[in-house]
Amino acid sequence: MSTAVQDPRTQSPVNYLNAEDGLKSWLLTTDHKRIAILYLISITVFFMIGGFFAVLMRLELATPPGDLFNSDTYNKLFTMHGIVMVFFFLVPSIPATLGNFLLPMMVGARDLAFPRVNLLSWYLYIIGGIFVVATVGLGGVDTGWTFYTPFSSTYSNTWVLPAIMGIFVAGFSSILTGLNFIVTVHKMRAPGMTWGRLPLFVWSQYATALIQILGTPVVAITLALCALERAFHIGIFDPSIGGDPILFQHMFWFYSHPAVYIMILPGMGVISELVTCFSRKRVFGYDFVAAASVGIAVIGFLVWGHHMFVTGQSMYASMVFSILSFLVAVPSAIKIFNWTATMYQGSIRYDTPMLYAFGFIGLFTIGGLTGLFLATTAIDVHLTDTYFVIAHFHYVMVGGMVMAYLGGIHFWWPKMTGRMYSEPWAKFSALIVFVGFNLTFFPQFILGYQGMPRRYHAYAPEFHVLNVMSSCGASILGIGYILPLIYLLASLKTGKPAGPNPWGAKGLEWTTQSPPTTFNFEKIPVVTEEAYAYAATTEEETVG
Amino acid sequence: MADQAADLNPGTLVEHEHSPFLRHHFEDMGQQFESSTLGMWVFLLTEIMFFGGMFGAYTVYRSMYPDAFASTSRHMIPWLGATNTAVLICSSLTMALAVRSAHLGSRKLVRWMLVLTMIFGLAFIGVKFTEYYLHWKDHLVPWLNFQYPEHPEFFYNAQILFCFYFFMTGFHALHMFVGLGLLSWLLIKNETTLFGPQYYSPVEITGLYWHFVDIVWIFLFPLLYLIGAHG
Amino acid sequence: MANHSDHAEHAGHPVVPVRTYVIIWLALLGCTGLTYGVALIDLGPWNIVVALMIAFFKMSLVVLFFMHVKQENNLTRLFVAGGFVWLLILLALTLNDYMSRGWLPEGHIWRPGP
Repeated sequence: MSTAVQDPRTQSPVNYLNAEDGLKSWLLTTDHKRIAILYLISITVFFMIGGFFAVLMRLELATPPGDLFNSDTYNKLFTMHGIVMVFFFLVPSIPATLGNFLLPMMVGARDLAFPRVNLLSWYLYIIGGIFVVATVGLGGVDTGWTFYTPFSSTYSNTWVLPAIMGIFVAGFSSILTGLNFIVTVHKMRAPGMTWGRLPLFVWSQYATALIQILGTPVVAITLALCALERAFHIGIFDPSIGGDPILFQHMFWFYSHPAVYIMILPGMGVISELVTCFSRKRVFGYDFVAAASVGIAVIGFLVWGHHMFVTGQSMYASMVFSILSFLVAVPSAIKIFNWTATMYQGSIRYDTPMLYAFGFIGLFTIGGLTGLFLATTAIDVHLTDTYFVIAHFHYVMVGGMVMAYLGGIHFWWPKMTGRMYSEPWAKFSALIVFVGFNLTFFPQFILGYQGMPRRYHAYAPEFHVLNVMSSCGASILGIGYILPLIYLLASLKTGKPAGPNPWGAKGLEWTTQSPPTTFNFEKIPVVTEEAYAYAATTEEETVG
Repeated sequence: MADQAADLNPGTLVEHEHSPFLRHHFEDMGQQFESSTLGMWVFLLTEIMFFGGMFGAYTVYRSMYPDAFASTSRHMIPWLGATNTAVLICSSLTMALAVRSAHLGSRKLVRWMLVLTMIFGLAFIGVKFTEYYLHWKDHLVPWLNFQYPEHPEFFYNAQILFCFYFFMTGFHALHMFVGLGLLSWLLIKNETTLFGPQYYSPVEITGLYWHFVDIVWIFLFPLLYLIGAHG
Repeated sequence: MANHSDHAEHAGHPVVPVRTYVIIWLALLGCTGLTYGVALIDLGPWNIVVALMIAFFKMSLVVLFFMHVKQENNLTRLFVAGGFVWLLILLALTLNDYMSRGWLPEGHIWRPGP
């Protein structure tokens, strides 16, 4: 293989990137890999928009008085940060990028079951995104990403309707992606690819897809009712005329809690792939990890009331939801144990993706455990609506999910682009992310415990030091996110060309060239071995 | 270059003649049919949750305000609702026969069954909008002209019921319109495509959608029209 | 689990006879009449129960026969059942809150002072 530096788009052989040229061939593509790249670019843009709001918030919170923005503006900042990050970054991130790219290849198919629906899904995402960007341009929305009524439906004076429209449309994007994945996994597996041989990434995506199709429609109708109420002033959720705001919360959280599992399950799927590859070992307890994925998806639908312990839900219902919330931690814990056991006596390699996997396992554990504190009703009464909650979900979402996303991007980057990135820069960047993340969010656990409320732009002076630490951490974290943008893009021009399998990993996607051809496989493979069929000892192996 | 077929080695993709309707990411028509059908069922699942959310909210409010909700039934016209139910059931029969005809390859029967289904669908819409007009005349449309003089204490709660009435039947009607659109598309496609045992999945999955919309109405009818219909 | 190689070369299920469809159609119309008739009788709280039971029966007829689920494989049936189970979860756990208000003391209300 020539080592001369070449643009992957002009080098031979033909691959999905250079098969067709021109904007139209990209905007009208039905190739799941091109659609994945379209999503990758748009999701990155939204991540930066959401991050921009976070930067403004942390700047304000660097000092106790509300001196940078007034409270109304600050309300808009945290609302927009939440909406963009939840609905336009976290929910689609891994499924729409890595899932779209890899799922067909991992099951041994040429494409997803419904390629045109896949393209439609991206367009719906963009349309939803345009609504949200328009909302920002018009002046923003200040209800919080949770849109609690009757503030959102009656009393807010901001642009609630376009924001809801954006989320509604993006929700259908999510539904269509989930639908596509489910049918693909059921109907398009290659000969010999039984359920028991599927990579755990596929199991995770499948479980995620189940949540997407069962939960998203409920938030769609909930937000639709809220929008109709706002437009027609009728009183479905307005307590002064007989409406029930708690009903809104029930219906909203019925989706939004499982939504957090939509966000984390794909990340867990990535970790399964990374830990096995970089320990050169088959996963410990494959069946349990697969079952845990589905278990998280199912039990995740039974716990939503833990967001409503103090809002007026009955005590009895709170108890039920609390117990069920403890139950949902079990499958997550099983996964952590199994990944750790996988690494035990494995031959660990400390490539960048594995560093992100380590970060995930540690930080997700902390985030997950603190979730149990919050699931305990007596403790939640004190911690709810404080920074403890914020720290908890950022640990699982950013310390967990975003690390998994970055790990996955790095792991499959050679496959997607045919290039290797700069390993020293990548390792350095991973370290920056880890340090920046912990400096930003660990102080927030303490702040919350000490009573600092969330969604406030000013705070008592005794919280100053920890807030300064958090804001400093945020700037470091920001650098850690910008660096990959630079070196990954640079690798497209100057990166070493990657072979089909630079990590020596198992999995059907690694049997194709890098980047793959448009239809993935010349001949549909026949699968004969289990997933992660790494050799028992690895001293003799050299990895290319 | 990048002609799709050229990327594939025809010898490995298909070992035999295949239907012109086979999309090339599928291995054979059976896989394509099963995928289409499963895909439509998964979509209908999302619709169950979508309408179900509304049914759930309706149920909560009905349990909170049983008397106000019961008092609204005198403004509904149960025999019109029952007629509409019957109309949709007839449309389901003709739709099922359309699918059967497509499976058997009878273009003429498909055409007539689809036309009949659409006629029933339009009849349903006609009755529905007549009812909307009658409600408007009786000052029962929230936001536009809602009044409730006979039970002023129920004003807001009855208004909630009528909101749900209009939202639920409105979303249902919206789905009917989409269904009519799909039927029109099928009618046109039927003229140029000969459906048969090898390929009739567009008709099958449109049928699934249409039957689902019928099922939603089967539940809407007793819940909205027959709350306190006795006496 | 079935792979593509197990799929039949022709698509679809066995053809249902017209007679079956007509019988189901008549049954559905009959049930509609029944629903309407029962609604005219005052059964108190049982009115809604009976009405919903009839509605469920009608739905089953449409699902099994018009939508061919009777001939479908277990996977499709699982998905159909799953949809209803999930709707049940939404309704059950939401109503669980509303129906249990007042069952348990809502916690000691702290007031300042002696």
